[in-house]
Order: sequence, then structure tokens, then C-alpha cells
Amino acid sequence: MSHDFERVSQVSSRDLGSRIAFLRLLHIDLWLFIPLVLLSMAGLVVLYSASGQSEPMMTAQIRNLFVAFAVLLTTAQLRMETLKLISPYVFALGLLLLVGVAFFGVGAKGAQRWLSLGFIRFQPSEIMKVAMPLAVAWWLSKKALPPTAKSMLVAAMMVALPSFLILRQPDLGTSLLVASSGLAVIYMAGIQWRYILSLILVALLSIWPAWVFVLKDYQKQRVLTLFNPESDRLGAGWNIIQSKTAIGSGGWEGLGWMQGSQAQLDFLPEGHTDFIIAVLAEEFGFRGVSLLFIFYAAILFRGLIICWHAQSSFARLLAGGLITTFFFGLVVNLGMVSGLLPVVGVPLPMVSYGGTAMVSMMVAFGMLMAISTEKPVTRAMR
Amino acid sequence: MARQLNQMQDWARETRLTHARIVVLAMLMLLVMVGLLYRYFYLQIIQNETFRAQSDRNRIAVRAVAPTRGVIVDREGRLLAENLPSFTLALTPERVSNLDETLAELRELLKLTEDDIALFSETRRRTRPLSPVPLKYRLSESERALLAVNKHRFEGMSILTELTRHYPEGALLGHTVGYVGRIGKDDIAAADTEQYRGITHIGKVGLEAYYETVLRGELGVSQIETNARGVDLRVVDRIEPTPGAQLRLHLDAELQRIAAEALGDMRGAVVAIDTRSGGVLAAYSNPGYDPNKFVNGISFGDYALLRDSRDAPLLNRVIQGQYPPASTVKPMLGLAGLNRGVIDAETLIADPGYYTLRGDKRRYRDWILRIRGTGHADFMNLRDSIAQSCDVYFYELANRLGIDALSESLYDFGIGSPTGIDLPSEKRGILPSAEWKRETIGSSWYGGETLIVGIGQGYMLATPLQLAVATSALAMRGTAYKPHLVASIAGEAVIPEPLLSISAPTEYWDEVFAGMVDTVFAPRGTAAGMRRGLEYTVAGKTGTAQVVGIAQDATYDEESLSEYQRNHGWFIAFAPVESPQIAIAVLTENGGGGSTAYPVARSMLDYWMTHHES
Repeated sequence: MSHDFERVSQVSSRDLGSRIAFLRLLHIDLWLFIPLVLLSMAGLVVLYSASGQSEPMMTAQIRNLFVAFAVLLTTAQLRMETLKLISPYVFALGLLLLVGVAFFGVGAKGAQRWLSLGFIRFQPSEIMKVAMPLAVAWWLSKKALPPTAKSMLVAAMMVALPSFLILRQPDLGTSLLVASSGLAVIYMAGIQWRYILSLILVALLSIWPAWVFVLKDYQKQRVLTLFNPESDRLGAGWNIIQSKTAIGSGGWEGLGWMQGSQAQLDFLPEGHTDFIIAVLAEEFGFRGVSLLFIFYAAILFRGLIICWHAQSSFARLLAGGLITTFFFGLVVNLGMVSGLLPVVGVPLPMVSYGGTAMVSMMVAFGMLMAISTEKPVTRAMR
Repeated sequence: MARQLNQMQDWARETRLTHARIVVLAMLMLLVMVGLLYRYFYLQIIQNETFRAQSDRNRIAVRAVAPTRGVIVDREGRLLAENLPSFTLALTPERVSNLDETLAELRELLKLTEDDIALFSETRRRTRPLSPVPLKYRLSESERALLAVNKHRFEGMSILTELTRHYPEGALLGHTVGYVGRIGKDDIAAADTEQYRGITHIGKVGLEAYYETVLRGELGVSQIETNARGVDLRVVDRIEPTPGAQLRLHLDAELQRIAAEALGDMRGAVVAIDTRSGGVLAAYSNPGYDPNKFVNGISFGDYALLRDSRDAPLLNRVIQGQYPPASTVKPMLGLAGLNRGVIDAETLIADPGYYTLRGDKRRYRDWILRIRGTGHADFMNLRDSIAQSCDVYFYELANRLGIDALSESLYDFGIGSPTGIDLPSEKRGILPSAEWKRETIGSSWYGGETLIVGIGQGYMLATPLQLAVATSALAMRGTAYKPHLVASIAGEAVIPEPLLSISAPTEYWDEVFAGMVDTVFAPRGTAAGMRRGLEYTVAGKTGTAQVVGIAQDATYDEESLSEYQRNHGWFIAFAPVESPQIAIAVLTENGGGGSTAYPVARSMLDYWMTHHES
């Protein structure tokens, strides 16, 4: 059996990242780091155009990026044991804050998402994006995999409670992301396919009651306009029509940086935040979109590789949960902007303007780097 | 060791399990990413043209650029219809913080009415966002000064400058030049709406209506890039509009003014025609109206006043007033008598002051009977009968001609037919005949009616313009052109079109002319009152048209009749007789008789003969 350990350590030591001493010392995974940097650079270029050459916005975003990369590097230093240790507490804190939001939260536009501590306002739901996969991975890796029905039930409760609280704020987008991060961990833990299939069945069956009892009117409207944007040209359909127009008019080469009429003449709403890919698509064309897809594919691929080589079950479950959450957010954004999915407020990772989502995402990537640069088990075992 | 081995076995099993999950996850990710990438490929490459077009529709607003309307000038180049800058007060509602308050203050300042405010709200609904909405048109000098001083008080206020139609001569040419007004729902046919995008006014009356397509010009197109809020950013492309053509009239505004002044307060109509071309030198109908009032919407009160007035100021009497031509037809009938051989120059007819038909006890009276108690003379020839307007002579002539020949002869002079002048809504008058009576009244013609037609009364009606054209035909010995106001369109001359053609031997025309010259120059001529100081030759004919029928034995007593029942006065004339240039018809509505009409013609002829003799 030691042969297995041998192989793992060999693969690990062949890794380019681990060969460069100082990178390893800093716990930097180069194959994850490079696409993240490129993506942020590309994001800044697009944002400059999408924000209408707004200097304050550029300054703020560059500041956000510095903070986010600082957070990334900091998180990467954490050891697996530490992560495992703090998981339940982070989750409990996140849950507590979510309950706090429900009672003392502040908000805007009819949604109560923020918690104000006087000097700082933040969204506890963002903490949950990280706390959820941590806690579920911690819980399921305590026992042998695949988990028993009982421990899966507990895991399901851990997923359901925060998701429900976030849904109530209401914030459908984040709720879906948080739920998916927990479910992804359960999937990685080896939940039987029959459970997965029956879960899908239950989801399909609950569409109707969810439509009637859970979804708010504006959320229903978004779903309806997805199928027929023209029914409400100037209302809810406007975003979809304008973003599809922006994307579609880009062609191969795009209209040129800062030349997109949809983006520059304000036809495209939320061009600097959730709909920023439409600006990129209009101004840089399908070539630009393809390049962006390559960056994202590289990150996803590297994430899966890290997950594959992770040295403990906890690390694997966590890595799988984190990369799936990233993937899910990406798909929802790319899908809604191109008119495939209903419009829910999910930003384009690393590109959309805004700091909070970027920081929580960098915490996730930091943990992935921590997993990737963990000292090979062999040495510890020896 | 066993525990460690067990742990290692667990670890390996779990690794295999999660690796299997990763493989499935990786495949799912690949599938979804490829699917999403295809979605972008589909939108950007396959649907590219559709969305490019959609994007252009978003971005580019196509605006019509209104052409400048052609001006109208008289024969001397005097402006009759021009485009003047006019100042409009407008508010951009989005830039006003408190619209109600601002409106209230402006209302106070400019004495705006409830209607103005209501119209503003109405216009606002039809205006694109962030565009100025007109609040008050045609600001006066003092209003503009007032606004300039108070400008700081009103944010979002702007003064727009646009070209507005203006008629410097006002009421003098109201009927003839007409006016433009704001385009209403019924003004343009659906097919034409394209032509009127961006144009606010359309010709409604007179030349403005008749030459609408010529005056209007052709629209230009401006492609403007706008942003999502509809704010104009830059002009992408622009095709300049083609301005409307200038109309130069035959009309002489000075002659028109003289006609108007000579007519004074009298209701009536005056037409002067250049006999050599059919060009209309003057066309005046009194009372008139100021066309400027209509341009940006006449108030309801002002319009009601015009519409309901008994003096019918909206009626253009020149082409729409229909009156019995009375004795003015006598020269025409005299010519017809000669031409058809029922009389000659020497034919003498006894005039006892009345005329009777064989087997009819009714006496057809001569107008002179009431004045002198006797006829004009024992025997009358054609020349004297024209000059003295002897009714009995023409009763006999009419009787000899019979209704058919009589009707045909007057038809040749254009009575009862539209002249085809370049004005809308011309009336045709009535030329009675036996056939006409059968068709419209449904009874047969009887002989006495022929006599009445012989002195231009009865069923017969003619417009002043028709009589001017007939006079022109007399002057030119049988040839008359279609009356035309416009001499040239954008510098291109309008070619005269022949309208009437009557052939008769020269001596017949001479005989009729002699009678018409005597009308003015012979002591007993009915227009002898105008001959003093005449320095040129004039041929004329008076007419007195009865408005109410006078019973067999009753007498016409002007004093006892209300103003509107008095006789109409006519005078037709041409000059100079040797080589005629100008033919005039004057009608004085309820003026009493021809003596109220010929002074008008004299003033006009004096002006014409001193200014235009060529």
C-alpha cells in the first residue's frame, strides 16, 4: 500500500508549482494564480469601458482587487487542520448572522440583505458561500464515505437552513449558490445516484408549489420574461433584449473597445456589474468571449486537478464544493445574460464590479491553494 | 498496524470514490461550458445580422428635417407670404424640479390661460423624454424681455426659434393667398403622412392650399445617434431638405389695395384680369379676415365670430359668391343676336317702358319706367340699348333668340362653368336652359322666363370671376385665357391656357364695343358718372341685380328694404379699348346698383393705366 503513497508524493513533487521554492513557501498555486490574474486584468479593461471611463469606479475596483488578492494569499496559508477545526464555528457564526439579518438587517429595493455594524456593512450570505462547503465537508468527512443516510440527512439540514434564510431576504441568486455549494459537497461525498435522481425528481415536483408559495412576484416575472422577453419590452424584458442585442451585435471581432453602442449609449442596464459579459461580447466579439471562456476553463480544470490530488477526504470534499460553487455562479451568470436562464443577481466572477463577492470568492480560491500546496501526506505519515 | 492498514484501505476507497465523482463532474462542466460557448457563438455569429440591425434601430433615430416653405410674392416681388422666425417658450419637464409650481409662476407672469396649460400637458405626452415641450407660441417682444429678466427663476426653460408663416398684407389677401394651419387629423391622406413627418403646418385655404405640394418642398432626413434616454448625441447622416418653390403671382398688391380702399366698407368682390394672359391682377373679397390668426390656431371665440357673421367674411366672393349677372350679360347677348342674325346694328325696337308677350297680359317692365315713368326712347338700336341698358330691347332680343340659343351664347362666354382658376372651392354659378329646368326643378320652360334671362336675372347666377373672364373674352374679341394667379413657379413661367373662343365678324364686336364705350362716355350712358377726367378709353357695362322679386305692380323702394335685400351693383369694364390689357368685374353686394360699382373700377383703371401702360 505504501506504493500508493509513493505515487502520490511523486505526482505532487512533479508539480511545477511545488518545484519553485518560494511559491511553495507562499502556498501559491501558479496554475490557479495565473488565470485569476489574467482574468482580473481583462476584467479591468472591460470595466473601464463598461463604467463609461469612470475613474472612481476603476480606483475602487483596483482597490477591491488588491484586497481580494491579499485575502487569497492569506487564506492560502491556512492549514487543513486549522480549516477543519474552525469549520463548524464559521458555519455557526454565519448562521447566527443570517438570523440577525432576518431581524436587524438593513437593505434596499425591498430586500433585506445587509448587516450593519456601524462602521461596516456586509452581507452574511457571502460568508455562507464559504462556510457552507467547509461545514458540510467537515461533517461528512468525520465518518467513512459514502455517508450514511443519517449523516446525509444532517448534511441536508445544514444546506437547507441557511439557503432558506437567504431566500427569505430575498436573494434567490445567492441562495442558489449557497445551496449548490453544500449539495456539491454531498455529491462529492459519494451520495448514491438513486438519491440524486430522487432529489432531481423532488425538485421537479416542487416547481409548482415553489411557484405558488415561495417565489415573489418579481422573481416570477423574471422567469416569465425569460420565455418571452418581447411580452414586456420596456419592463422586465428590457434587460434580456438589450443584453442579447449587445452580445449578438458583437460578431467575430466586436465593435472595438469603448465602441459598443449598446454599452456606451446606456441601452444595456447593469453593464458594469451583472451584465458585464455583454459589454465584452459587444466590444471584443466572439474572440473575446472565447478567450474569457479559456480563462474560466483553465480555472475550473485546475480546480478539479487540485481536488483530484487533494490528500484527505475533507480536502477533496471541500475542493469539490468550492470549485462547483464557482462553476455554478459562472453558469448562472453566463446563462442569464445570454437569455438562457432567468435574471437573478449573480455577478460574473472576477470581472463584474464589486468587492464583496470578489473577496468571498478569493477566500474560496485561497482554500483551494491551501489544499493544493499542502505538504504531501507521505511525509507526515512517515 | 491493523488500524493503520484499515485507515489506508478507507483512504484508498474514498479516493477512488471521489475520483469517480470528479470525472463525472468534469464531464458535466465540459458539457455545460461547451453548451454556453455555443450559445454565445449562436448569438454572435449565426444571429449577428439580426442583432446588428436591432442595435442600429436602438441607436439611430431617423428624423425628418422639415423643408422651408416657398414664399409667395406679387408681380413686383412684394412678399405676400413669408417665413418669419417666431419664438416659442418651452419647458423640459425632466429638468424642472417642481413642474406644477413653475407652471403656476409662468402662468402668472405671462397671463397664460387654462387652455395653454392643458395644451402643454397634451403636447407633453406626445413628446420624447428630455425634449422641450412648447408652452406658449409666438412670444411678443415684451414677453421675451420679461422671460429674459426672470430666466434664473425657471430651470429647464428654453426659448425655441422656429420659422412661422406670416402674411404681411393681412386681410388684404386673406382670401386669395389663404393661410396655413397646424396639421389636423383630416388634413392629410394616410398615403401622404410620410411626406409630412416633421412638418407642422399645411395649406388650408387659397393659394396655400392649392399649391400645397409645390410650396411644401421635400423632406430631408437626418439620422441621429441617441442614447437609451432618447437624448441626441450626434448626427450620423443628413440629407438636406429641398425648400418649397417660390410662387410669383400676376397679382399686383398695390392694385389690390386700391380695390380694397375703393370698396371701403361695402361688401363685395373685385377681380381684375390681364386680358392677354388670363393673369389675375387683383382678386379681393370684402369683408375678409386676417390669415395670420389661423397660422398657429385661431381661438374658438375669434373663429365663431367669423363663422357666424352675417357678412360672411370667410366666403371668398370672387369665386364663391354667386349673383344674378343682371345687365352685364347685355353686351354678350347683343353679340349673340348679331352673330345669329336675329338683329343687326340698325334694328330698332319700340320701348314704351315695358314689354309684353303675345297672348300674355303680364307687363315686363324696363327699369327706366320707375325712374322716368316712360321708356328710354320710342325706338332703340343695339348700341344705345347697351349704353343705356335698355331692358325692353333685350326682352325682344331674348324672345327672338329663344332660350336654347340664349343659353348657348352665354355658355360660350363661360357663364355656368368653373373657370379653372388656381384656387380651391370655386363655384360654377347657374346657366339656366330648358333642359336645366327640367332636370333640376322638374317643370317645363315657359317664354316669360326667357325674357328674364335676357336681362341676366331669374335663375341665372354667376361669380364675379366668371364675369371678369367673360369681359376679358369681350375685350379680346372672343379669346380668353384660363384665369391664373400664379405667373411663375420657382422662376418657371406658367403658360397661359386658352379657355374661351368665340368667333364673330369684327363689325359685330365693334358695334358691341361702341355700346360699351357709350356706357361710359355718352351723356346717357349708365356709367357716365365715371368719365370725368378719363385719359384713356374704357368700355364698360353696369348691372343691377335684384335680390328680392318685386310684384307686378309694386315698386322698388330702396328705403323700405332692409340692407340685405337691396340690389347688388355690378360693373364690368376693359381698357384701353384699342388694345385691351385689363378686364375688371366689380360687385357691390346690396350696393343698390351699378353706380356703386364703377367708381371702384375707375380707381383701379387709373392706377393700372398710369403704372402699367406698355
